Amino acid sequence: MLTLENLNVFYGAIHALHDVSLTVNVGEVVTLIGANGAGKSTTLRAITGLLTPRSGRIVFEGQDIAGLPAHTLVARGISMAPEGRGIFANLTVVENLEMGAYLVKDYAQVKRDMERGFTLFPRLEERMKQRAGTLSGGEQQMLAIARALMSHPKLLLLDEPSLGLAPLVCHTIFTTIDEIKAAGTTVLLVEQNANAALKHSDRGYVLETGEVSFQGTAAAIAGDPRVREAYLGE
Amino acid sequence: METFLQQLINGFSLGAIYALIALGYTMVYGVLRLINFAHGDVYMLGAFAGYFIANALELDANPSIFGTIVVTIGSMGICACIGVLIERFAYRPVRSHSRLTSLITAIGVSLLLEYGGQVVFGATPRFFPQMIRSRTYAFGGVQITNQSLLIIIVAVVVMFGLEFVVHRTKIGKAMRATSFNLSVAKLMGINTDFVIAFTFALGSALAAAGGVMVALAIPRIDPLMGLMTGLKAFVAAVLGGIGSIPGAMVGGVLIGLMETWLGATAYSTYRDAVAFSVLILILLFRPAGIMGTATTEKV
Repeated sequence: MLTLENLNVFYGAIHALHDVSLTVNVGEVVTLIGANGAGKSTTLRAITGLLTPRSGRIVFEGQDIAGLPAHTLVARGISMAPEGRGIFANLTVVENLEMGAYLVKDYAQVKRDMERGFTLFPRLEERMKQRAGTLSGGEQQMLAIARALMSHPKLLLLDEPSLGLAPLVCHTIFTTIDEIKAAGTTVLLVEQNANAALKHSDRGYVLETGEVSFQGTAAAIAGDPRVREAYLGE
Repeated sequence: METFLQQLINGFSLGAIYALIALGYTMVYGVLRLINFAHGDVYMLGAFAGYFIANALELDANPSIFGTIVVTIGSMGICACIGVLIERFAYRPVRSHSRLTSLITAIGVSLLLEYGGQVVFGATPRFFPQMIRSRTYAFGGVQITNQSLLIIIVAVVVMFGLEFVVHRTKIGKAMRATSFNLSVAKLMGINTDFVIAFTFALGSALAAAGGVMVALAIPRIDPLMGLMTGLKAFVAAVLGGIGSIPGAMVGGVLIGLMETWLGATAYSTYRDAVAFSVLILILLFRPAGIMGTATTEKV
């Protein structure tokens, strides 16, 4: 579904991604793990068009989308819950979800999708008229994921969804990722919480200073001694 | 008491104009974090557009309310286009550069419109056609001209319209989303370039309405008329809290009231100084403005 081929991204003079290649197949949950600054978020930002790669290809469903404007990629089926949640704090919960469905013309459809989001996260329904800025961190993350689903993405990108959340809320988020996968959406996940992420993934890639250093099935990564030492806290 | 009420009405009608212009400053600042210094000159162009339309319709000879509405809407349409052009050709090319670049560009556009205006329209003030025969109504001891009344009515209608657009329509919600976080708005599929252009169109249309309304009350227009009024409206936007739409309305009315009150005292020659003293005070003591919230960025 998604293939990155030798992707190179620069921030000014800083070479952030070196020849990164990776593949996400339809129906999979794939995790990118790595330390801070390894290039995980940069990879996602390049896929969503927020960053333009210097060289390399980003092939989504057979077409090179590298460098296309970010707002055109939603229509192609890519959606992201960004790092730090990126909710619109000045808008209500419902308005945030409406923004997620910006390209959906049929409001009855938007209503149905909102109901689906509320089934996934009942907490959001209780707070639907509230400004999103007043939500707790966990609720904001739920909102970010629910909002990203409003556009019916084929590929959902999640950037650090468990960051800064209480263990119980993390559990809810990861369970939801299972549900999203079961519903047929492909997921590319970036996580610091590698243990939990690998438990809910099919495959994974390890990024080190902008390069892919290890890849394999989730079980293979979780079983690799070097990865265990560096990222799984052993 | 009567004098007080009289000043209140005069202040409101002046403040309504500042508010109309301040809204454009605040909306553009909201989405781009840019002080569009050319905005006051768009207000001047609004008055000139109104002048040419009104003359083409020969409203001086046959004044009518209907004609006035046509002139106002026509001028708003023309200035909306001008606003979009300014954004497209002056600000968009420098958007990825530092904010200072945009700010200096804005000053450049402002000077271009002012002195370009003198070349095209001439520096001599022109007499704006009397689209409505002046009439004065008296309520007890308080007098109000039909023009002041019209200014207040138009401003209130336009502001309610704006409130509706910003809070109830899809494009308005997209404006608020873009204003809060531009790159996340893109992730929603929002074409932020379009939203920014729309913001300029809306702000410029409001300034044009202000230009026509002022020309009704003070029928003397010239290419530099936007300079002082624009600066004061900018102060109004800062006073209300730059980026805040209700703030711009409140700030505009307050500046109008303060100026009128001072104008009624022995210190009336200092009336232009009021706005700028307010600017200094607000920046010293409450930089976020009345309605603005000082935001601390979470890391």
